[in-house]
Amino acid sequence: MQRQLANMKQSLFDQGYLDEQFIQLEELQDDANPNFVEEVVTLYYRDSARLIQNLEQALEKNPLDFGKLDSYMHQFKGSSSSIGAKRVKIECTQFREYCRTGNAEGCKKTFQQLKKEYATLKKKLEVYFQVARQAGPVEKACRPK
Amino acid sequence: MDLGVKPVSFASSSASWKSADGVPDQFPAGLRVLVVDDDPTCLRILEKMLKNCLYEVTTCNRAEVALKFLRDNRNGYDIVISDVHMPDMDGFKLLEHVGLEMDLPVIMMSADDSKNVVMKGVTHGACDYLIKPVRMEALKNIWQHVVRKKKHEWKEKDFEQSGSVDDVERQQKPIEDVDYSSSANEGTWKNSKKRKDEDDEAEERDDSSTLKKPRVVWSVELHQQFVTAVNQLGIDKAVPKKILELMNVPGLTRENVASHLQKYRLYLRRLSGVSQHQNGLSSSFMGPPDAPFGPMSSLSGVDLQALAASGQLPPQSLATIQAAALGRATTKSAITVPLVDQRNIFSFENPKLRFVDGQQQQNNNSKQVNLLHGIPTNMDSKQLASLHQSAQSFGSMSMHVHSQASQSNSLLTQMVQPPSRTQILNEINGSHALNLPSSVGQPVLSQGVPNAVLGRNGIENVRGPPYTSVSQPSTVVDFSRSQSTEFLGTSFSLVSNSGISNLTSKLQDEVNSEMKASRGFAPNFDIFNDINQNRTQDWRLQDVPSTFETQQHSNVRGSLDVSSSVLIQQQFSSNQKSGQNRVPPVNKAAFSVADGLGNSSNIGQQLSSSLVDNPSRIKAERPPDMGYQNGLFSEHFGQEDLMTAILKQQQGGMEPIENEFGFDGYHLDNLPV
Repeated sequence: MQRQLANMKQSLFDQGYLDEQFIQLEELQDDANPNFVEEVVTLYYRDSARLIQNLEQALEKNPLDFGKLDSYMHQFKGSSSSIGAKRVKIECTQFREYCRTGNAEGCKKTFQQLKKEYATLKKKLEVYFQVARQAGPVEKACRPK
Repeated sequence: MDLGVKPVSFASSSASWKSADGVPDQFPAGLRVLVVDDDPTCLRILEKMLKNCLYEVTTCNRAEVALKFLRDNRNGYDIVISDVHMPDMDGFKLLEHVGLEMDLPVIMMSADDSKNVVMKGVTHGACDYLIKPVRMEALKNIWQHVVRKKKHEWKEKDFEQSGSVDDVERQQKPIEDVDYSSSANEGTWKNSKKRKDEDDEAEERDDSSTLKKPRVVWSVELHQQFVTAVNQLGIDKAVPKKILELMNVPGLTRENVASHLQKYRLYLRRLSGVSQHQNGLSSSFMGPPDAPFGPMSSLSGVDLQALAASGQLPPQSLATIQAAALGRATTKSAITVPLVDQRNIFSFENPKLRFVDGQQQQNNNSKQVNLLHGIPTNMDSKQLASLHQSAQSFGSMSMHVHSQASQSNSLLTQMVQPPSRTQILNEINGSHALNLPSSVGQPVLSQGVPNAVLGRNGIENVRGPPYTSVSQPSTVVDFSRSQSTEFLGTSFSLVSNSGISNLTSKLQDEVNSEMKASRGFAPNFDIFNDINQNRTQDWRLQDVPSTFETQQHSNVRGSLDVSSSVLIQQQFSSNQKSGQNRVPPVNKAAFSVADGLGNSSNIGQQLSSSLVDNPSRIKAERPPDMGYQNGLFSEHFGQEDLMTAILKQQQGGMEPIENEFGFDGYHLDNLPV
C-alpha cells in the first residue's frame, strides 16, 4: 500500500500535476492533523468551484470584461498554487496572459483546458487520498525522485 | 535582513523579557500572528504553517474583521500578515490602518510578484512582502520583524526621553543589551529598557515623558482628534507639543503624538503622489527649484536648486519633498549627481551663513527642515567632518525619532547630519554622506549614495562607507528633521536644525534648501567647526566663509565620528529647542557640539543600532516628520550639555571621540561597548 502510494505520488509529480508546494503541505501533516493535505485539497476544490462558476458566467458576457476575468483568475491561480496544482497553475498563467492582450478566443480556449486539468487532478487526488487512508498511518512526506 | 542579532538565547532573555500579556518566554514561539486572507485554502495552509512554527495564530478572511480584532485587543497581536487582494478592502489600506492605529509590523502577501505591487507594499510601510505560494521557511523568520520594530521603537523612545549626553550614554547600554538578547526579547523590550533608562535618567527626563509608556492605541476617535488638531495647527506648524495640547488627552505623551505624526505624515505623503516626486527628484536633484520653493530663495542668494526644491517648499511641500527625498534616497545615482551641484550651492552657503545671524530665525523651520535634508549631500570632506559630528548627533536623535521613515532612511542618512550642514555649506561636495554620519548606514539602504558622497568628500569623520552598512540614515534624518522644526525658536538651531533634518531627508534638494533655510543653522555648524578646531577659529556667523575654511580643515581632521557630529547636532537641536538666546547659541552650539561629541559615542552606537535596523525598516518606513522630529530632539538636548560636551571634546581632543565612537554604522552587535 505504501509503495503503491509512493508510486502514485511519484507519477503525479512526473506528469507535472503537482509541484513542490504539495510537499510543503505534506510536511505540515502530523499526528495531530493526519489528513491535513486531504482537508486542504477538499477545501480548495470546494472554494474554487465558486471561482470556476464566476469565470464561466463572466466568459459568457459580451463583450468580455478582461479586468474582472483577470481578477478572478488571479484568485484562482493563488489558490491552485497553494496546493501545488502545477498544471492548473500553468493554465491560469496562460489565461491571464490572454486577458492582458484582450484575446477573447484565447481566454475561452484556455479556460476549457483549465477545467480539464482541474477535473483530472481532482480525480487523481481522490484516488490518491483513498489509497493514503488505506495505507495506514501517515508516513513522513518524502520528496519524489 | 541581517540584523546581526545574536542567536536566540532564551535563558538570558527570560530575565529581561517579560511580556505584559503573559506570552511565554520562548521567543519566537508564542508570537501572536493575525492572518488575513479571503482565500480559505491559503488561510488554512498559513494557519497550519504558523502553528507549526509554534506561533499563536488568529485567522480571518475579511479586513474589516481583522481591524475589529486588532482594535478590540490592542496589545493582543505582535504581527499581521495580510493578502493584497481582498474583496472588502484593499490590503494596502489595511496596512495603512494598522500602521497608523496600532503600529504593528505588517507583512503583505500575494501571488502577484510584479515589481509595482511589491514596491507599493514597501512604500505603504509593509515590513515584508511574501510571494504566494508561501513556504514554511518564509514564515519561520517573521519574528524578526517584531523584534526589529520593537527595538526601533525602543530606541526611539529612548532618544526622545534622553535629554542629555548622559542619557545617551546610558542608553547605549540598553542598546547593547538589546543586541545580545534581541532574539530572545520580544514585546516588552521597550518597557524593560525604558525602565532601566528611566532609572538612570529619570531626573533628566522630559516632563512630558512618562517612565513607562504603554503602547498607545490610536482608536478612530483618538486619531480623529489628532487629525483635527493637526489641521487646526496647519501641517507645517503641527508639532507634537502643540498637537498634544490641542488634543488634550490625559495620559497621551508628546512622544506618542510624535510617532503618530510621523506615520501620519508618511501617509499624507503617499497620498500626495509621492512617486512623482520621487521620480522627479531622483532624476534631478538640483532640479526643480519650483515656485513653491520661492520663499526660501529670498533667504539666500545662492542658487541652490536643491535647496530651493527642498527647503523652500512650504510645509505642504514637505511631504512632497520628503517623498522626493525618499525617492532620491532610493536612487543612488541621483544622489551623486546632485552632490556635485550642491557643491556649488554650498559654497554659497557661506554667505548664507552670514545671513544666519540676521536671519537666525528661519521661521520656517519646517522649510528649513526640508532644506537640511538636501544639504548634506554637498559636504566637503572637511565639512563632512564637522557635519558628521553634527550629523552624528542628529543621527542619533533621528534614529529613534524616525523609525518609520523608510525612505528617509536613505535620505536621512544624508541629511541628518545637521552639523554636516555647515560642512555642506562649506563644501558642497555632495556631502550627503557628510551630513549624515548616521547615514552611513544609509548608503546601504539608500542607494549607497551617501557612501559615495562620503567617500568623495573624503571626510574622515564621514565614514561613509562604514555607514553604508548601517541604515542609520533614517534615524539621522529624522533627527535632523525634528531638530529643525523644534529649533524654530533659536536662531541657529532653527537653521541648523532645519538644515540637518532637511539634509537628511532630501538629499540634495534638501540640502540646498536647508542651506538657505538654515541660516541660523550655519552658526551651529560654525560652532562645530570651531570646536573641532579647538576653537581656533573665530566662531562667528559672519565668518562663515572663513569659518568654513577652517572648519573644513578642522573637519577633515575632525576626529569626531559621525556620532560625534550627530551628538553635536543633537546638542544643537536641543539647545535650540530650548530657545536659548542667539548669541550664546553660538557658544552654546560649540558646547553643544562638545556635548554632542561626548554623546556621539553613544549616539554612534545607537546610530549603528538604528542603522542596523534601518535597512529593514527602510522598507516600511515613511518619511519622518520633520517637525515632529525636531520637537523630539530638541527637547532633550540642553545647551549646557552640548557645551560641556563640546568643551570636553575640545579638551580631550578629537581623537578620543573618534576612537570612542568607533562608529561605523555596523550592526549593533559590532558596536563596541
